[in-house]
Amino acid sequence: MIRVVLPAHLRTLARIEGEVKLDVPAPVTQQTILNALEVRYPMLKGTIRDHTTQKRRPFVRFFACGQDLSNESPDSPLSESVASGRETFLIVGAIAGG
Amino acid sequence: MQNWGRGERMSKVRILVGTKKGAFILTADGKRKRWDVSGPYFGGWEIYHMKGSPVEPNRLYASQCSGWFGQVIQRSDDGGKTWEQPGSSLGEAEGTPPGEATTTPDGMPKGESNKFVYDTSPGGGKALTTHQWYDGTQHPWEFKRVWHLEPSLTDPDTVYAGVEDAALFRSTDGGQTWQELAGLRGHGTGPQWAPGAGGMCLHTILLDPRDPQRITTAISAAGAFRSDDGGKTWQPINRGLRSQYIPDPNAEVGYCVHSIAMHPSRPNVLFMQLHWDVMRSDDAGESWHEVSGNLPTDFGFPIEVHAHEPDTIYVVPIKSDSEYYPPDGKLRVYRSRSGGNEWEPLTRGLPQRDCYVNVLRDAMAVDSLDPCGVYFGTTGGQVYASVDAGDNWTPVVRDLPAVLSVEVQTLS
Repeated sequence: MIRVVLPAHLRTLARIEGEVKLDVPAPVTQQTILNALEVRYPMLKGTIRDHTTQKRRPFVRFFACGQDLSNESPDSPLSESVASGRETFLIVGAIAGG
Repeated sequence: MQNWGRGERMSKVRILVGTKKGAFILTADGKRKRWDVSGPYFGGWEIYHMKGSPVEPNRLYASQCSGWFGQVIQRSDDGGKTWEQPGSSLGEAEGTPPGEATTTPDGMPKGESNKFVYDTSPGGGKALTTHQWYDGTQHPWEFKRVWHLEPSLTDPDTVYAGVEDAALFRSTDGGQTWQELAGLRGHGTGPQWAPGAGGMCLHTILLDPRDPQRITTAISAAGAFRSDDGGKTWQPINRGLRSQYIPDPNAEVGYCVHSIAMHPSRPNVLFMQLHWDVMRSDDAGESWHEVSGNLPTDFGFPIEVHAHEPDTIYVVPIKSDSEYYPPDGKLRVYRSRSGGNEWEPLTRGLPQRDCYVNVLRDAMAVDSLDPCGVYFGTTGGQVYASVDAGDNWTPVVRDLPAVLSVEVQTLS
């Protein structure tokens, strides 16, 4: 069971509180997590990654196990601790003020 | 005994306010003296525009966007009390056979209400992929946001969206899916279009109540365009406009149109706030002539027409295209009762010193009561109302986030 933490604005859009638990078939990657998330919550399509290109939106970042995974390949397998649900997969709205 | 004016009894006015940090809905009875304020809806998001269906007034559409999470379309069917993203909830998919237009093969909602994809299919001049960039080179068309939503005059499920980078989209399923009317970008001048300071946005959509095939749009900084066949084919309608800041001041396109207004009883007469100059057309945009007259400055953004007097129009003069605030720190709406040229300042109730706000292009609207109500919002977060066609003004709210848009519904 994968545990995903969404930023507050996306929790509001999806009408959820707390973290999301998803069944994601192996291999667990950024791509497969986001696919499962968007199936469960179709209102999040286009808000994390572009509808057409499937590229991460510039001010959205992905973290897990204390590491910034934003620029990793979306198809790279994630660590066992994320795949097992011990660690959360964090989707973060970048701090981009100015 | 209550002293009701004509049209006030049993009527209600609803102001839809889009701001930099959420949406607000202001409501009052026909007297328009006491206002209830609800919101913020979608707190923290930019609400570029909200508008209700003329045939089903509790059906509202809203453009919600953010630099982080992109575009979201919201729809309400209860006048703004509750909202949903069309085609995104499981409830909507229930009863729909899997694989139908708005569901996946698994029977899940497709969640495509915020999917705006430019039509680059070949044929009909549609294969347009680039426009002019600031340095004169060609630049790919990139969707950024929806500036304006214009619900159909006859069908609550049909709504048009004017977007940045400039294009016109239409939904016929209540905002669940969108298709570009690609003949606008593809009619021939598209590669010459260039963004203005605010981006290259399609911000004005006028639907002709007498001719359902006629649509008029305006784009910064390309100009005005008209379709007479329901959006299939388009032509520029910029003859008579002048832009001193482009190499050919009388070019077919290249005009920073800020807003266009039309009275529904006289759809061939159009009033335009051009970047500089207030213009008028008496032939549906075939030709334009200047009606700036005695305005203190002819720069500004919004332009509106009185609900019952087709020759009474309103603008808010702004000092210049770099300062973006009212002349002399005095916030003045100007009204012409003669269709332009002769203008009078309307100041009663508006700040006449130390006021340096702006009024954006979609931030002015009128109700259809008698006397006509006029409303506008400022970048300082005030929404002002006049219930006597502009003679006197009062602030409905003073401290909202910067106002991006104001629309008004008159409800019976």
